[in-house]
Amino acid sequence: MTAIMEERPVSPEEHPIAPFVRMDRMPHIWCPTCGIGTVVKCFATALAESAVDLDKVSIVSGIGCTGRTAGYMKLDGFHATHGRAIPFATGLKLGRPELLVTVFSGDGDLVGIGGNHFIHAARRNMDLLIILVNNFIYGMTGGQNAATTPLTAKTSTMPFGNFERPFNLPYLAASSGATYVARWTSLHIRRMTRSFKEAIGRKGFRFIEVIAPCPTLYARLNRLGDGLDLMRFYHDHAEVRPGADTRDVDIGYQDQIVCGKFIDEERPTYLDLMHEHYGKTLGDRYVPMPPEGGWIRE
Amino acid sequence: MAAGCRFVAGYPITPSTEIVERIARRFPMMGGIFIQMEDELASMAAVVGASWTGTKSMTVTSGPGFSLMMENIGLAAMMETPCVVVNVQRGGPSTGLPTMVGQADMMQARWGSHGDYSIIALSPCSPQDAFNLTIDAFNLSEIYRVPVFMMMDECVGHMTEKVVIPPADEIELVPRRLTAKPPEEFLPYQLNGALAPEFARAGDGYRFHTTGLTHDERGYPVMSAECQEQCVRHLIDKIKLNADEIVRLEEEGIDGADVVVVTYGITSRVARMGVELARERGVKVGTLRLVVVWPFPEKRVRELAHKIKAFVVPEINNGQIVLEVERCAGGKAAAILVPHMGGGVHDPKDICAAIVEAAK
Repeated sequence: MTAIMEERPVSPEEHPIAPFVRMDRMPHIWCPTCGIGTVVKCFATALAESAVDLDKVSIVSGIGCTGRTAGYMKLDGFHATHGRAIPFATGLKLGRPELLVTVFSGDGDLVGIGGNHFIHAARRNMDLLIILVNNFIYGMTGGQNAATTPLTAKTSTMPFGNFERPFNLPYLAASSGATYVARWTSLHIRRMTRSFKEAIGRKGFRFIEVIAPCPTLYARLNRLGDGLDLMRFYHDHAEVRPGADTRDVDIGYQDQIVCGKFIDEERPTYLDLMHEHYGKTLGDRYVPMPPEGGWIRE
Repeated sequence: MAAGCRFVAGYPITPSTEIVERIARRFPMMGGIFIQMEDELASMAAVVGASWTGTKSMTVTSGPGFSLMMENIGLAAMMETPCVVVNVQRGGPSTGLPTMVGQADMMQARWGSHGDYSIIALSPCSPQDAFNLTIDAFNLSEIYRVPVFMMMDECVGHMTEKVVIPPADEIELVPRRLTAKPPEEFLPYQLNGALAPEFARAGDGYRFHTTGLTHDERGYPVMSAECQEQCVRHLIDKIKLNADEIVRLEEEGIDGADVVVVTYGITSRVARMGVELARERGVKVGTLRLVVVWPFPEKRVRELAHKIKAFVVPEINNGQIVLEVERCAGGKAAAILVPHMGGGVHDPKDICAAIVEAAK
């Protein structure tokens, strides 16, 4: 029996994540076979499948390829300065505590120039969901070395190969105080989506790293083919090891990528601790910031 | 607090710390949040973020921190985010004189972040003034949707004087101008002839976008010379074209004067004695104190330049506001600087000497 597939044109608006995307801004700037779009799709799916009020979801990005995400998603979206997405998001969260604030940005932005903010927000267990797309390189500016570039990989500013040791991001996040830490590649669509959904339902500093191909710069400078070749590489070299000790998950050049959920614990967030502490020390005198913000209406 | 501020993010820096220490003590009892951030980059970013929730927001710093804040001050200007930045000025450059007075950040306040934009800067000369002007600073930031700077100096910052705080219902506050439009009709940067666009708070269902990139009425980035012209022109014009509304001066003894002393901050008080000494010597001298320093009172200085011989400008720096005076005087009257590198205030005798010399 042969099934006859009737081909009919599908308009962009019919795409399942169209309601989450500013369709009037399509096409996006990302290169063919870049991995960022996949991560956005998974995040939109996770939002769709979570019982969250989308009016109360804010998305903050910094600068860079991934940093464009805040401008493409149909949420309250803030495209902030380079490296400052996390402190900007901190202000949003504290200014209106009822918001679900997500930070969606790249490795250069969040742990290169923004590294200090990253560790301090994790230390405070600030109630932020951080999605970091790691492509091992500065994409938008032309393939310069990143704080995540694996040793010996070539970048435009390390033309003879990188000799700086990169961050092991899950370890950095975990040791700084993150309460949810996971890593996936852009190949792990279902697991990544599940992880996003799970993290949306948690509180505190939640960190999800997604390894994604940069075909135009990382793959080209290192002669690794295109995005599809990198996806094949992830297929062959990603090892899902849930609960792995984050000390053991650093990434070598074209080496094994350990994925999984590494940490998932509940600890009081910055605001929990503030309420508890002021409640204890100030008693009735404590007036918390209203959930909808400290805007003076009178 | 009286101005309605309920979010402050800051990083400790001398000589500004007393302000945040007081806020840290009071805010938990009045529904506000103070957070000590990891640096001034983060403090300013958090202030901009918090302001997008409609919560009135402020940070407090001094020179070195002010330098770090410039990045996100530019963001606040570009996103048209109301916020207040207090700079208790100390001697610079770099670490300079942490505990001693300076007024050398006046040009930085105007031009410190890259690109073209406008801001408003106020300069209090007493604790009472600091109270009153902080309320004005918040109100101006709401009206024009710009960062407003409270350009204090260490002397005013550490001064102890009587302050009268009026009852809350006598303090006029400008609330955030929230849009009444439904989300489907709202464009975050649409002007419709207004001074500044209407505001939507994060979390109210508008699902708007804002960016530090050059943007159109939708808040969407547009990389073109046309959009740049429109976007940046508006940032400049909303202050420039309304300068008459914003400018505030205190004048004394200007009629018939040969010399006008232009001052701001602590220097306006130090100069009084210099002016008195000069008057004793028979010089006809008036004073003009800049309560609002930026936008600069171009029109008034131009007018006066036709009537007087010279402006004398004492500043605790090597000549910043004097450049504006000179520009506006346009050669019709001299602009004479009385510099002081910081670490102290002028000797009134030096100001007197400059006035006497200028009157010749």
